Amino acid sequence: MEFIRPTKTRRTRRLFAFAAVAASVALVASGCASGNNAGTGAGGEGDLSITFIPKQLNNPYTDVVLGGGKDGATAAGFTGVEVVGPLEASASSQVSFINAETQAGTNVIVIAANDPDAVGPALEEARAAGAKIVAFDSDTNPKYRDVFISQVVAKDVALIQVKLISEQIGGSGEIAILSATANATNQNEWIKFIEDELASNPDYANITLVSKVYGDDDDTKSFQEAQGLMQAYPNLKGIISPTTVGIAATARYLSTSNYKGKVALTGLGLPNEMRPFVKDGTVTAFALWDPAQLGYVAAFAGKALADGTITGAEGDTFTAGDLGERTVGTDGLVIVGPPTTFTADNIDDYDF
Amino acid sequence: MSNPPTELLPTATNKSGVRAAGRPQAGGRTGVARILLSRDTVMIYALVAFVTYAALFIPRFAGPVSTGFLLLDVIPALLIALPMTLVIITGEIDLSVASIAGLTSALMGVLWAAGLDIGVVLTLSLLAGVLAGAFNGLLVAVLGLPSLAVTIGTLALFRGLALVVIGDNAVANFPPELTSFFTSKLGGTGIPTVMIGVVIVAVFFGVLLHFTPFGRGLFALGYSKEAATFVGIKVMRAKFWLYVASGSVSALAGIYWTLRYSSARSDNASGLELTVIAAVLLGGVSIFGGKGSIPGAIAGVLLIGTINFTLRLNRISDVVLIIVTGSLLIASVVAPSIIEGISKWRHTRRHRRQLPQASALGETRATASGVQERK
Repeated sequence: MEFIRPTKTRRTRRLFAFAAVAASVALVASGCASGNNAGTGAGGEGDLSITFIPKQLNNPYTDVVLGGGKDGATAAGFTGVEVVGPLEASASSQVSFINAETQAGTNVIVIAANDPDAVGPALEEARAAGAKIVAFDSDTNPKYRDVFISQVVAKDVALIQVKLISEQIGGSGEIAILSATANATNQNEWIKFIEDELASNPDYANITLVSKVYGDDDDTKSFQEAQGLMQAYPNLKGIISPTTVGIAATARYLSTSNYKGKVALTGLGLPNEMRPFVKDGTVTAFALWDPAQLGYVAAFAGKALADGTITGAEGDTFTAGDLGERTVGTDGLVIVGPPTTFTADNIDDYDF
Repeated sequence: MSNPPTELLPTATNKSGVRAAGRPQAGGRTGVARILLSRDTVMIYALVAFVTYAALFIPRFAGPVSTGFLLLDVIPALLIALPMTLVIITGEIDLSVASIAGLTSALMGVLWAAGLDIGVVLTLSLLAGVLAGAFNGLLVAVLGLPSLAVTIGTLALFRGLALVVIGDNAVANFPPELTSFFTSKLGGTGIPTVMIGVVIVAVFFGVLLHFTPFGRGLFALGYSKEAATFVGIKVMRAKFWLYVASGSVSALAGIYWTLRYSSARSDNASGLELTVIAAVLLGGVSIFGGKGSIPGAIAGVLLIGTINFTLRLNRISDVVLIIVTGSLLIASVVAPSIIEGISKWRHTRRHRRQLPQASALGETRATASGVQERK
């Protein structure tokens, strides 16, 4: 057994290196412990800060929501308005952002959760440090937030999509759903209502849901999934895509394929992204609420919570700026408004 | 047996000299200078310098809260970086680590949801990691297939299995005592309690690599597999066990991930393998094998983690972070080559000056004197 033995210098070198790393670990560990316990950065009465944490950045829909959120936050009187978030909509990626906000002593955190539970412990820490938590767009587990701002009643969103697809395919045939990520809280809730409605409403008895696929809110993946659906189900008559990324990618695929005008597409889309596909006949009608209002209401709810005018209990009311009064429902639920249907006739009236 | 074997030490008897032995930056230096200027130590300086800078100039950074959040964030990468360092030193790679962590997480969720005792759940999940690692080891070490190809395959395979195991679901109802233990801190220091375990694993791999014959064998193996075989190192066995270790530690990281975020899902830890490999390479471990150290790798992980954390603290977008990480990595790979190039150029220039009539004979003498300098 002839192994290479260390020479004295090398062993010393290793020891030195170990000592050095130990020292640096200790340094990081103590963080040069200069007191300053939990974050109490931007505290102070009348000097409130709000931070929005979307599911991911650089998503066109999110950008509109956040635009409304920033307007709302300024109108509501927040002095510090920030937007931070991960580049990938994965379950645990939001946690470190929440932690950073806790440290910054942010008064209101507005979050669209990628996973209802993964963000829980971090939000609890934030609340312990005094932050108010407003969930919007996609809910967290109710015990981790004060209120949840929902665009619309989840069931209404599901029903309008079923209604639109049924009209477009003439009330019978195979349909498929192209969703966001497999774990997305809001999409899954709508899909459940869609499935229930298809199963229980006799008007839709001849419609069969043949497949659910997930484009992960990634343009390329959604495009490929749409392509895959066409190959897998030659008799497919319609697709519901309850996500803005999915519907745009699917519309793009359909508009350049033989299926244009033959396979119906509806779902939730942004008017600006969908305009060309509505004009060229790929899509007849789709639905959405005004996402800017969602952020707007969330900001005012955050202000009301921070001021202590509401606690998130059922029956609490607050004024959401120009949009008027909103009431907190059961489980801290606040509804923004009913969804709008966009067609070739009205799409030019909207710019988002 | 009184003289230590010298095959791999840079001495005058070794014709190919220092460069062939793969330690260009250490060539010509001895003793303290060599320790203080080695690639790994430089990384540690960089880390210390950055932490000091952050503590002094970044608001809210200095304090136990930072320590806690920062370490909780880097623990998975830190754990996996340890066996990864050993694997890369042997000239191999393991890209399936994050998928093994994801598989472990998925398995934990399903077993726990099925009502098994948490002890059994943890044991079985860890065992899954061991088996996944052994599978890699079998393909790479025993069958001798290229590790890059094998682990790209198992990267997809294990992630796929995770999806099969748990599907679209997420399991979140782990025992609160356990999940809160995983985010708990040691007193007021801000250091997460789990760091104790991480330190034990780090010391284990550090001692294994730097203070045991097995570890020294890994360096030899990374320099030259054939030579290592002739010296009597059991190449196949060493590589096999490294992959098992890599799988096991990845499973630990998966378990940690699941309990820290109290959410078992198939997409947990996705993309982590690249973070780990980037950090390890930044820490001075050579992708060609044969070079590197555990302290260097740890410094690499902590440096990327700290930069990441401070950027977030200042609400700077993650886009900047990936650009910074990428640039650092390129710089860390390119810098040694540039330094080597400069020292080579200075070396030649010096000898040109000494021997203006450089000829074939002069060339030989220059080499001889170069060797003498190194002595």
